[in-house]
Amino acid sequence: MVKSTSYLFFFISFGNFLSVYFIFQNDLRNDGRSKQDYRPIELELDIVTHANGSARVRLANTDILVGVKTEIDVPTSNRPEEGKIEFFVDCSANATPEFEGKGGQDLATEIGNYLGSSFASPLSFDLKPLCILKGVQCWKLYVDILILECGGNLFDAVSLAVKAALYNTMVPRVETVAMDGGNVDLQLSGDPFDCWRLDITNIPCLVTLTKIGEHLIVDPTAEEEECSMASLVVAVTESGRINSLCKTSVGSLHPQTLTDALKVGVEVGVGLNKALNEALGREEKRLQSNKPERFGFLK
Amino acid sequence: MQNIKIRLASERVNTSLTFGEEGAPHLYTPGETITDNQRVMSGHGTYMDEENKEVLKASVAGTVERVNQLICVRPIKCRYMGEIGDVVVGRITEVQQKRWKVETNARLDSVLLISSVNLPGGELRRRSAEDEQMMRKYLQEGDLVSAEVQSVFSDGSLSLHTRSLKYGKLSQGVLVKVPPSLILRRKNHFHNLLCGASVILGNNGLIWIYPTSPEDDSGVGGFTQNLEQVIDKEDRERIARLRNCILSISASKLMLFDSSIQYAFEESLNYSIKELLTPEVMLDVAFRTRHRLQAYKDS
Repeated sequence: MVKSTSYLFFFISFGNFLSVYFIFQNDLRNDGRSKQDYRPIELELDIVTHANGSARVRLANTDILVGVKTEIDVPTSNRPEEGKIEFFVDCSANATPEFEGKGGQDLATEIGNYLGSSFASPLSFDLKPLCILKGVQCWKLYVDILILECGGNLFDAVSLAVKAALYNTMVPRVETVAMDGGNVDLQLSGDPFDCWRLDITNIPCLVTLTKIGEHLIVDPTAEEEECSMASLVVAVTESGRINSLCKTSVGSLHPQTLTDALKVGVEVGVGLNKALNEALGREEKRLQSNKPERFGFLK
Repeated sequence: MQNIKIRLASERVNTSLTFGEEGAPHLYTPGETITDNQRVMSGHGTYMDEENKEVLKASVAGTVERVNQLICVRPIKCRYMGEIGDVVVGRITEVQQKRWKVETNARLDSVLLISSVNLPGGELRRRSAEDEQMMRKYLQEGDLVSAEVQSVFSDGSLSLHTRSLKYGKLSQGVLVKVPPSLILRRKNHFHNLLCGASVILGNNGLIWIYPTSPEDDSGVGGFTQNLEQVIDKEDRERIARLRNCILSISASKLMLFDSSIQYAFEESLNYSIKELLTPEVMLDVAFRTRHRLQAYKDS
């Protein structure tokens, strides 16, 4: 349906229709961005008071809220020295009418599984510090991801929000662990502010590279996603290591395109991590101040 | 090369231009008391309080309109309410017997009857069975059309017509969606702007931006679509800039018409096209545009 000429045009698309004659020329997208530009991103930390850590990321129209809860659990028998982390994605029907009923479930599982796989290696997120007592007790992190609005590029926005929420997560400090027969008696620190924080250095950011015609673009809008044949999602860490990789949607990629995409992905991913770290630093400074204001969805 | 910046929620700008200004219209929120005067009549967007029957409250967010004793609240954001004679831009969603279904941002899909389009070969030609079989040749699912509202059915759905050369299928251009209440009703909704591009300001909040064709003014009419023609870089840049300008002034709730768009375009020339995506720049463009409009009104 999409003509693959070397220059495409503007696209005539919104909603579910793919009637697209869409081309880039001179590296100019419909909104004036070049192929590797991101739309404005906004971040806020500690937005949900009941969660141990939370963050909200808004990438143009894409709105993601992430909350992290900690709970005490029993480690799995094959990994007795490690804690657990679990992702749950909820696609709110407010985001788009397609999510109504069970409409968003496939997408939610896709995002959840991919996040799980990109966090699976100890090189991206080390679960050992979450162990309380080897083989008996550990912390389990529940990462709840709420998609409030869809404006394209969900993967990138979700990964930014997850990383920010984990950065913000305060895990209570355990003071004493006593074994009494088969029962474990944990004593948590009495001071609610006596917490430790997770190491987020190696947590990857996801970068979606969408192929439209002959071109690979970054941060696609919802319309651009409609026009694309295939997207590649790359999980890139701060140091530029690729942790995992997945291809979404139906199309296929040529091996040469794949290697090009990886190159671009690493470059963009490093930049994205850097920008996030810088923003997290500034936000943290703001939260340290006296009575930091919460903005949320109003203002 | 790419320069990703993540801003914080605390740095968010207020896009409202009239915020805190004297003489600005009061914006009612749902549940807010409009009046406790018992002699007024409750109109659209209002309700009488359950407990206190004398108090009239707003049920939608918007501004109050008063005709004698009748009080209505006109919502700021709502679906398009059609009126006869309005120019609309819509997308074909279905081809049925003798009619096309068109998505026009109204509550119900609009219809475009085959008897209310000009088929090739003379205006007064009888519609034959062959014409009905050929319908998909003229307009198929996903095509965009410009049309005029011919009548409003009792259920509120619209009947459209394209019985003029200026209406018809749209070919290359960019579609922008804004709240329908921001489109100023004018005699003419087709404009060839001074900046070198043309716009169709649909009363339904869909705006079509396309390159001005040099030969004729009718430009977009009929059922022909020229997708082969390559639009040069200058035209594409102008269109991308116009798109961002329209979104900037609509974010600040300025009315959209030919001069406001032209002013915004001129005021935006200090910035690069992609800078127009950032909230501060959008606000600045809207602010300058309002200033120009006021200066023009005063002179």
